[in-house]
Amino acid sequence: MSEHVVSAKTYIAVWLTLLVLTGVTAGVAFINLGPFNTIVALVIATFKALLVVLIFMHVKYTSEKMVKVVVVSAVFFLLLLLGLSLADYTTRLL
Amino acid sequence: MATAAITAERENYLNQEYGIKSWLLTVDHKRIALLYLLSITFFFFIGGFFALLIRLELLTPAGDLVQADTYNKLFSMHGQVMIFFFLIPSIPAVLGNFLVPLMIGAKDLAFPRINLLSWYLYIIAGVLMVHCMLTGGVDTGWTFYTPFSTAFSNTKVIEAGLAIFISGFSSILTGLNFVVTIHRMRAPGMTWDRLPLFIWAHYATSIIQLLGTPVVAVTLVLVVLERALHLGIFDPTRGGDPLLFQHLFWFYSHPAVYIMILPSMGVVTEIIPCFCRKRIFGYKFVALSSISIAVFGFLVWAHHMFVAGISLYAALIFSALSYLVAVPSAIKVFNWTATMYKGSITFSTPMLYAFGFVGLFTMGGLTGLFLAALGLDVHVTDTYFVVAHFHYIMVGGALMGYLGGMHFWWPKISGRMYPESLGRLAALIVFLGFNLTFFPQFILGYLGMPRRYWQYPPEFQVLNVLSTAGATVLAVGYLLPMVYFLWSMRYGKVAPDNPWGASGLEWMTTSPPPTFNFDQPPVVNWEAYDYEHIPAPQEARSGG
Ligand SMILES: [Cu+2]
Repeated sequence: MSEHVVSAKTYIAVWLTLLVLTGVTAGVAFINLGPFNTIVALVIATFKALLVVLIFMHVKYTSEKMVKVVVVSAVFFLLLLLGLSLADYTTRLL
Repeated sequence: MATAAITAERENYLNQEYGIKSWLLTVDHKRIALLYLLSITFFFFIGGFFALLIRLELLTPAGDLVQADTYNKLFSMHGQVMIFFFLIPSIPAVLGNFLVPLMIGAKDLAFPRINLLSWYLYIIAGVLMVHCMLTGGVDTGWTFYTPFSTAFSNTKVIEAGLAIFISGFSSILTGLNFVVTIHRMRAPGMTWDRLPLFIWAHYATSIIQLLGTPVVAVTLVLVVLERALHLGIFDPTRGGDPLLFQHLFWFYSHPAVYIMILPSMGVVTEIIPCFCRKRIFGYKFVALSSISIAVFGFLVWAHHMFVAGISLYAALIFSALSYLVAVPSAIKVFNWTATMYKGSITFSTPMLYAFGFVGLFTMGGLTGLFLAALGLDVHVTDTYFVVAHFHYIMVGGALMGYLGGMHFWWPKISGRMYPESLGRLAALIVFLGFNLTFFPQFILGYLGMPRRYWQYPPEFQVLNVLSTAGATVLAVGYLLPMVYFLWSMRYGKVAPDNPWGASGLEWMTTSPPPTFNFDQPPVVNWEAYDYEHIPAPQEARSGG
């Protein structure tokens, strides 16, 4: 396992991006986009999560297959949670 | 005593260092296992105390021993303590912690300090839970259902929620440690298809701990946020959906049953070949069924919600998927029985628990299929039938396996033998007491007695009296091993390195093992459960 060194600059840039995006999420909440309210918030949140996972958690720099397996299975189980819950929400009569 | 002098000469993890500091700051997986053993035993008796009060209240049809509100708190805290502070950590944190490195030929777990951290998190959570119980307790059931927990209950929901939130992290860290250890620390020659099935079971358990626990942790945080800050997540009057809570909660809490039962299955899979002197039947199937139970376990959660108002289509899907879990479970039961077939069976204490496990787990599992059936579930939802079902799995299954494992590895853990005849007696008492307690509850439930009520119609009294009587017998069966385990630490016969003639690396080091487990790093060049080539010890066979 070789440690990849990420420069402090990158970290600070990512941190600032995350802060800005948090501000954007808060700002967008004041604008009524109708059905797009949720979609916009989720897109921003997903992008932020990607930044954290890829750069802060070093997944982008790893050559280990195992790390990728872990990330993929975590996402897979999240999709299970969402997918099977939607099986209920999309077909509920009430 | 002469025997004490002999053990004192051999250096091992118990006599390497003395003093309270050498225990509280230890990073030795075996010592941390013992710290866990003490702490979960403490919580087992708290949970058992609540159970006893519940059974005493139900001795008579009238609600006469405690107030209705107190009764609500009793069953809530019984559930929370037994599940989150006893069963979830029981086998993984005690036997798993002790045995995973030994069984794969490693010196310790991959992250010894994280292992100690997990115990401290458990203790912090435990202190918070005890404080919560002493200052009023909580009455939401172990399930924290909304909107009751967020909008109506006036008990300490936030504190109990946070305690379980913290204990969740201790569970995640244990799982993480096992996954990395099993991947990275196996001795030369210990390939994946030579791993003891106990290790496969713990690997599968760790997957659930890693993937499931964060979900329940986040869910409890949402409950706390809604209760404290009135966010509208689950509360329909604020635009939330109470069923969302149930989806999130059961996404973890159904697989959590497998966190309890898979390690027990691992224990039983070690015991049965040893006392049948046979290689396990269908090694690969048993190994892969552990993994498939872990994965399928995540696909069935809404079978807890059939009458809660989920869509019929979703209910159909979840009902069908629930039947799917029966397949790998049945594979295991058939493989255990096939291993016993034509084996030369010894009825030693651990084997008696293994027998008990197979029978009771099968009953618990099959009644689970009743509950997965959409029509039948309507009739028995929230009745004592459900209570009996999950106690057959969690007490008849998980706890039987834990006790069997404690007896099987006690010589390795303590370096002493427990009294065999008392051991068999206790196993018998546990089995009889268990069935007397919980079998009547199947009938009660089927006849329509709801769970979580502190009084009931008089015609249910006979069965309830039987159940309470059984609980008393069961209590004796649990106290007995604790007494003779403690007794054996001083007066028990000194244990040989391999008293059962068992396969597995843990039996090839001394009893108790040295701090770094093996004097020489082991190299494995044989298959698992190679019982054709291991002589059976005469002493153990004659029953000591
Ligand atoms: Cu379930």
